This record gives sequence, structure tokens and C-alpha cells, in this order.
Amino acid sequence: MATMEMRKDLFADERDDNLNVIGKGVQRQDMPGHVTARTRFFDDHAFDGMLHLKVVRSPHHHARIRAIDISAAERAPGVKRVLRGADVPVNKNTLLSLINFGKDDEPSLAVGKVSYKGEPVVAILADSEAQAQAACKLVRIDYDPLPAVFDVEETLKPGAPVVNETYPGNYFEYHERFDHQKLRFGDVERGFAGADIVMEHRYQMSPIEHAPTETNGSIAAPEQNGRYLVHSCAQGLFFALGTTAKIVDVESNQLHFIGGTVGGGFGGKVDSLTEPLAVLGAMLTGRPVRFVLDREEEMLYGSPRGAERIYIKDGLMRDGRIVARHIRSYFDAGAYTRLSSYAAIKCTAHVPGPYWIPNVASNIYVSYTNRCPSTAMRGFGVTAVDFALEVQMDRLAEAANMDPMELRILNAYRDGDMKPHRRAAKNTALVECVQVAAEKANWPLSEQAKRASSLIGGGAGERSQIPATQLDARGQIGRPDSRNGPVTQVLPAGTSRIAPSKQPVMEGARDGRATPTQVPRYEPQRPVAPPPQAYQPAPPPYQPAGSYSPPPAYQPASPPPAPPVAPAQPQHGAVRFSSVFGTRRR
Amino acid sequence: MAKLPLQFRLNGSDRATFVDPASNLLDTLRRGLGDFGPKYGCGQGTCGVCTVLVDGEPQLACLTLAVSCEGRQIETTSGMADGPNLHPLQDAFMDHFAAQCGFCTPGMLTAARALLAKNPQPSREEVVEAISGNICRCTGYEPIIAAILAAANAPGARRA
Repeated sequence: MATMEMRKDLFADERDDNLNVIGKGVQRQDMPGHVTARTRFFDDHAFDGMLHLKVVRSPHHHARIRAIDISAAERAPGVKRVLRGADVPVNKNTLLSLINFGKDDEPSLAVGKVSYKGEPVVAILADSEAQAQAACKLVRIDYDPLPAVFDVEETLKPGAPVVNETYPGNYFEYHERFDHQKLRFGDVERGFAGADIVMEHRYQMSPIEHAPTETNGSIAAPEQNGRYLVHSCAQGLFFALGTTAKIVDVESNQLHFIGGTVGGGFGGKVDSLTEPLAVLGAMLTGRPVRFVLDREEEMLYGSPRGAERIYIKDGLMRDGRIVARHIRSYFDAGAYTRLSSYAAIKCTAHVPGPYWIPNVASNIYVSYTNRCPSTAMRGFGVTAVDFALEVQMDRLAEAANMDPMELRILNAYRDGDMKPHRRAAKNTALVECVQVAAEKANWPLSEQAKRASSLIGGGAGERSQIPATQLDARGQIGRPDSRNGPVTQVLPAGTSRIAPSKQPVMEGARDGRATPTQVPRYEPQRPVAPPPQAYQPAPPPYQPAGSYSPPPAYQPASPPPAPPVAPAQPQHGAVRFSSVFGTRRR
Repeated sequence: MAKLPLQFRLNGSDRATFVDPASNLLDTLRRGLGDFGPKYGCGQGTCGVCTVLVDGEPQLACLTLAVSCEGRQIETTSGMADGPNLHPLQDAFMDHFAAQCGFCTPGMLTAARALLAKNPQPSREEVVEAISGNICRCTGYEPIIAAILAAANAPGARRA
């Protein structure tokens, strides 16, 4: 067994050292099954009379469906049943409806139009996989191709094709009405104005396929008591159970899900891609049904990590302190929401990175494009912005003529520092992580950097304060019609919480039938609202790294004077972190 | 399509079944004979999770026509242990954390078994070459390489 180094010198007083497991090699309980091939994955189960399900997928990125002719497929050898959208009891779902977050937007089988290449339209159940595949080729679908959009910023521009009719602006609607998730702390424009160097860069992260060695799939079989047994590859078994119960419209206690062995997931097995149609097929035929993606389907249509485009603008002092950070990010959801709405919330929770910065603003968008819907993958929403932030940190170090390790130690959160989310940082350890990494890499650090500690200096003076915070027009931050508008309102210093809206996020979504709560909906004012990329850089204008603006008089860490406090107005969502998790404190 | 009779030895036992002429060995083992040791990963010979031994040679069961195995000796990971006694490779995989999700493990063990049967003291490069057709998405391969090298030095490792 590999041994692990336990650093007893760091944070020694925060930890008991009577650890029984940590730092020791312990055999995993599933290992004997793995090495003897006795571990049963979802596909390692035999059923007599099992049918095989295959789906007919859209060859177009975006197209209207004029007609579907399944007559030849129904007569094909071995075919027992052909399913279309009308056969699916609740043919519109969004995964996070199980926690009342977001609107149902994705069909199990497309009706009326397809919004990405590979979207399932028809399902075929046959005695053998080969027969199901052969019958798929006999389905005739008459498509009328539509213009498609693939870029996360293009799709938000006026006149872009509507990808997903549930979200006609091509963006996920936060708090039922806002086009992005917003974070505001202090006054970034004032921060930029007082900075020695202002730097903005654009970062792009590609989509990534998880490529598990076991492809997505499930087997559903009728039990003899009115229930359905499901062997599933799902990473979240009860999540898959709840989703399936909703889509096939049965009580969840009619479903008996068995899982727990996942042949590689990495986030790509949380979407319930196969369970609902497998169970529906078993219900309609009375036979066990196996629905497994082949490798080509897994690579092309198994949802990937979403691509992200990130703009970071920083205000830097010559001594290496970051005084303002503005982040604008676009998360590519693909054609349907799945978990992207959650990714943007995670991203918002993560900015501005593990650094104390007195002025922070971020706008995180979820854009719909005619791509395969994206989903969870290993820190999704955080990984890409971290990549961007850390590359930016290296660029800042270069601009300040500083060692990149020391720049990180200088700006790192210390215990007690106020985060833009209005919570004090605790159990911080970036300083020590950088020190140990430098030591391991024989990277020389200054004596000052070596002496730094997460326990020293945090929360001192303004570092523990919530500054007066600039809001957007009318205080309703994030409204599409106001996102480039003038600042008209200030959230007073020290404000940590605004009463959340009393309106429920969504009512009755559980059964998939009730309509969303009616809330005032923004009507796009196409000619008025400029596209989001028309972000106005504040003075001083963007300076490429290396060409420094003349340094204004050096200002030691004195907070900008608080602007006059505007009269209190009803606020919605200004500092509330999210509909899902925001108002709860663990 | 008329089915064809097929007989071979699977993990030391005589087995007989009927197969479609187009059936591959993987489907025949899994769906026909109930040996779920070899897995389906790609169906096109690129991932190695279906690796089995045919007369001692590692072969990709998904690309092997079942009828071509008439009279052959087929060995899979399901038959690798000697009763309750694990093969030294199995012990080494456990000791070196050489499996995470476990899906590639049967194929990896089979590839390693074929290597050690022919080359009891392989170099690290030879181990890497031997498992180069087997994809693992969890471990990063290092624990697997360490396990195979450790097993090569363990008593009884040459047992096929």
C-alpha cells in the first residue's frame, strides 16, 4: 500500500491525532469482487425474453419535425414496440425539478422539433440488438432544418435562433426572471480606477466527454407484484428513481432500483439517460428491457462537461495586491438545462477564487446552444473558472514583476476574511499549500512568504467588513434590460442578507403537470438591450500586460468612501445566493 | 438464421451452446453462457475490457467470431482464482489499489496473466506494452503497473 505523508506541523491544534483510518492503507470492501469479476454491473444480469431498446436520433442540430413514419419499422423482424413522444406519460422534464429548481424543458423523445444532433426521437424495442438497430433505419422522419447556434455569446444576441422554447431568451432564468447569476461586493469600477494595472483576458474551456469504460445503460424488468426492477448504472440512484417515476408517471415505490456499481462515471451517469424509456418499455411490453448506449452514442451523445467562456478583468497594485476583480462567464448548457443551472451557481460560489479581494463582481450566464446537453463532471462550474483564474494569477504576477507563488500567498484568504458571499472564510489553508508545494518543488520563497500563515492577518480591518456595494439599475440586479444601465443604487455596508422573495420558485413541478408560478416575465426589448458582450470597460481603459498606466498616487489599503445610501427598496435576489441553497445556513 | 452448435472449454469446463453465425465471443460468453467477467466497452476492439485468453493468447472477445472458438480453451477472469485462493495477480491488484470502478479490471488481469505466463520477469516497459490495449479511466495506470510488477516477483505468479 502506498503511504501518505501526514504533516503534523500544520494546524496541529485543529486536529485530533487519534486517527484510525486516515493515513493508513485500508482494503476497500468492493475490491475482492472487482479482482474476481464477481462485481455485478448493471449489464451483468440475465433475463429470459429480454428486449433490446435502441433510439432513432436526430441527424440535425436544429430542425422542425414535419412527420414521423414508423410503419415499416413496426413490421420489421423482431420488433415488439415502437415508441414516440406521445407514448411517454410525462414527456417533459428537467433533472433538478426533483428539488424544485428550474422548469421542465427536455423531452424523453422529441416532439415537434429537435434541438441538437443526436436527440432521441423514436425508440424501438426488439428481440435482439441487431433487429432493433435494423428497424431504426426504417423509421422515416421528415425534418425541416432550422438555423442553429453554437456559440455561448452569439446565442444571447437579438435574433438568435430560439434553441429551447421553455427559455426563449436562450438563457437559464435565475430566480424565474434573471438572465444570469450575479455576485456583487464593493465597487469594482472604483477598484479599477484606483489600480496601478488593469488587465482583462478571455478564457475558453472545451467540452469534455467523460468516456467511462462502461457506457450508460440500464435493464428494467417487470416484477410479479406490480413493481419494476431496474438495474442501473446511475451515479445517483434515487435521483434516477425519482426522475423515472416522474417521467413514466408511477409512484416511486413501484420502482425497485438496484445499482451502486458504476463502471466509471465522473459525472456522466447522473442524467437518467436510459432508465425512463427502459421502464416505459417494460411497462408497455411486459418484458425485461435493456437500453444500453453503444460507444459511438456514448462519445457523441452522452452529455459532456459543458464548455465555458470566461472573461476576467483585474485591478492590480504594483505591490501585487488585487484590488478589484470582475468575472463574466458563459456556461454552455447545450440544448437543455440538465445540471448547468447548478454549475453556474457553483461557479458563483467559487469566484473570485481563494483570494481576498475587496471589490468583486461576477455575472455567470447559462447559455442554450444547439449542442448536446452538458452535465456534471468533476467540479463542473468550478474547474474551468479555476483554470482561468490561475492562468490570470500567473499573468498578474508577471505584470507586477512578482514570483507567482508569492503573489498567491500575498492574496490568499486568511481565516476571518470576509468573502463576497458575505461569509467569513474559515479553515483556510492556501498559504500553507503553496508553501509546501514550493518546498517540494525546491522553489525559492522569500522569508516573508515562508513566514506567512492562514492564521495571521485574516479579518484585519476592512478584511472582515462587508463594504457598501454598488447595484445595477433599480436595484434589481441582473435584469436583462438593465445589465448595462447606470449604477443607481447602493447596498449599505454591512448588509449581509436581504429577505428572500416569498414566491415559491416553482409549484407542483413534481408531477410535471402544474404550470410554473406566474411571475412577471421580462419581455425582451430587442432594440434597446445591447448584446452582453458590449460590456463597457470602465476607466482606466484596458491595458495589456506590460504597458502600465501611470500609477496613481499609491493608496494604502483604505476602503473607498461609502457612496450615499439609497433609500431602501424591496429587493429580489440581490445578495441571496441562490434559490436552491442560498437562504439556508448549515 | 439457423444457429450453429458450438463447443469449447471455458475455465476448464466443457461448455456447449448454439450461436448465430455472426455472434461474437463476448455475447456468447455473457448472454449465452452467463460468464459476465468479460465486459462490453466499445464493441470495436479499442478498449480491452473484453479481453479473454483463447488457447493462452489474449484476444478481444468482441472482435472474435464465436464459431471460430470451436474446440478451443477459453479462460476468463471468472476462472482465475483457484477455489478460494486468489491468483497472485489478483492479490497484487488488491494490495496496490489497482482497481477503482473495477470495470477494466477483468481485462487488465487477463492481459497481465498472458504476459506473466510468457515472461515471468517483465520489465516495466514490457508491462506497459502488455496492457497498452486496455483502457482504464480511473487509476492512471500506475497502480496497475506496480501490481503487475509485484505479482511477477510473488511465488506462484507463473500459474496460468
